[in-house]
Amino acid sequence: MLQLQQIEKVFYEGTPDEKTAINGLSLTLEEGDFVTVIGSNGAGKSTLLNIISGVLFPDQGLIAVDDKNVTFLPEHKRSNWIGRVFQDPMAGTAPNMSIEENLALALGRVERRGLRKGVSSKRKKQFKEWLSSFNVKLEDRLNTRVGLLSGGERQALSLLMATFTEPRILLLDEHTAALDPARAEHITNITNDVVSKHNLTTLMVTHDMEQALSMGNRLIMMDDGEIIFHANKEEKDQLTVEDLMNEFQKAKGKTMANDKALLK
Amino acid sequence: MINALYGALESGLIYAIMALGVYLTFRILDFPDLTVDGSFVTGGAVASILMVNGTSPFLATLAGGGAGFIAGCITGVLHTKGKINPLLAGILMMIALWSINLRIMGRPNIPLLNESTLFTQGKEFWQSMPVDQWLMAPFNWLGITAFAPSTFFVIISVGVLVILFKKLLDWFLHTEAGLALRATGDNARMVKSLSANTNQHIIIGLGISNAFVAISGALIVQYNGFADVGLGIGMIIVGLASVIIGEGLFGKSSIARTTLAVVLGAIAYRLILSVALQLEFVSASDLKLITALIVTGALVVPTWWKQWRDKQERVKKQKELTKTLEQERGKDVAAASTD
Ligand SMILES: Nc1ncnc2c1ncn2[C@@H]1O[C@H](COP(=O)(O)OP(=O)(O)O)[C@@H](O)[C@H]1O
Ligand SMILES: [Mg+2]
Repeated sequence: MLQLQQIEKVFYEGTPDEKTAINGLSLTLEEGDFVTVIGSNGAGKSTLLNIISGVLFPDQGLIAVDDKNVTFLPEHKRSNWIGRVFQDPMAGTAPNMSIEENLALALGRVERRGLRKGVSSKRKKQFKEWLSSFNVKLEDRLNTRVGLLSGGERQALSLLMATFTEPRILLLDEHTAALDPARAEHITNITNDVVSKHNLTTLMVTHDMEQALSMGNRLIMMDDGEIIFHANKEEKDQLTVEDLMNEFQKAKGKTMANDKALLK
Repeated sequence: MINALYGALESGLIYAIMALGVYLTFRILDFPDLTVDGSFVTGGAVASILMVNGTSPFLATLAGGGAGFIAGCITGVLHTKGKINPLLAGILMMIALWSINLRIMGRPNIPLLNESTLFTQGKEFWQSMPVDQWLMAPFNWLGITAFAPSTFFVIISVGVLVILFKKLLDWFLHTEAGLALRATGDNARMVKSLSANTNQHIIIGLGISNAFVAISGALIVQYNGFADVGLGIGMIIVGLASVIIGEGLFGKSSIARTTLAVVLGAIAYRLILSVALQLEFVSASDLKLITALIVTGALVVPTWWKQWRDKQERVKKQKELTKTLEQERGKDVAAASTD
């Protein structure tokens, strides 16, 4: 369904700051796969998602979705079948617009934006239904400016905006990392619900190894722009956090003193 | 004096259309667009040259707006495709338009006093109806005829036009396309991830904004009875002043509220200016200085006001705290230490 072949991305090429963010990475996702991605800071996880969504173009390599080459398709043309939620709760919503206006914007991903009313009464009803299914008590606050919502509420809204159009691919980049544990858990639960409800093909970056093990059907570990460990469903069910630490150590062949902190 | 105030109200209404355009770029798109100084004149230039050559004033005004639209789009292309910083893209377009405007006009000044304009045409129609008499009646009845304008024609007709433009903008900003435009200024990264072409939005938004500005310019030359190539100097500041004064005085809780505030801000600005010009020691050449002072005031006063209020609040709380401290632990402990 999603195929990445030999992707390479170098930042600041030819300068002393040169940094290979993605180094010959290949990955294939099947329909309905839910892959969790872990790796230390700077491993290239966010860059990988940016390349899949078209925010960045790779220097080398090929991206295919449903057997179509989309390597250099611009972001705004891809996003009608890609849903994203970012780590920063500010990033996924427009703060000076209301909840219903934000939702109407997200609807524009799949419907051509014209001169029709953005928030029609019919859409309003639909928005209410969707919001209630998320259990975040936002359904009666459709007119509230999103800038006034808490981080957790914003992430829930972002998640709804990313998923209700049932995208082909859902990309989550540490979308619970900025939240307190209770809120994070709520968002995690919603994520599980919505992914299974629409059977979404999902790539989820997380720094929480427990979460990486408990969610999804596959797991990859990245370091230095490469996938250094890969577990399928059966393997993943047997894994423990301890195993992941060992795998990381083995692949890197260096002590984990620093990385342990980063990986938590 | 009274006549000067009514004059300020009339021109304020015309400038309000320009201010709505500036609001669209400055606030909605978050793009400080300096094209305005040029496109305001472009609108006036295109309209007057067409009228001089016999085009109907209505079509000439529309054509002026069209020219402004194109100018705005070019600024948008310079920024989005040429990757030029917004301020610089606007300045480039502004100085380019200076020469283009001279080309369009063929000379630096075009008198329109003998031409048929929207105002001369409208006035004929207006005078065929007794509306002025009706509106004058309450003034006569109250015995304050001296406080009445000589005619209500410009105030009513331009007033209706301004309401139309305001409503048009309100409507547009609530359509699907308008929502995407607003989101582009609010959170561009998010909008791209929602399949919107931000570049396209910026280009179209700048086009619409400058169309408003140019129509305002086309109306002003007809109102003044001449077009002048220097008419647009400092226009962006006038626009910003209207937006800032309007928002400060009349609030910005929703789009409709803000656009109304911007219109009222444009009028308020003209009124302040005309009052200032009445002062003995102020001469007409001080106009730009006064403009600068008004805008500076509008920017600074709210900030200082807030700081002052916060400080009062702090001082009050401090006093209460020291008082309790004094009661509990004596004067020496409570005295504020200075270095
Ligand atoms: N836009 C960018 N410009 C320059 N360097 C970048 C950019 N994005 C990421 N990098 C660099 O690429 C590496 C990978 O970053 P990133 O993908 O954000 O890592 P992760 O998300 O795994 O923490 C880092 O060294 C980072 O500094
Ligand atoms: Mg990251």
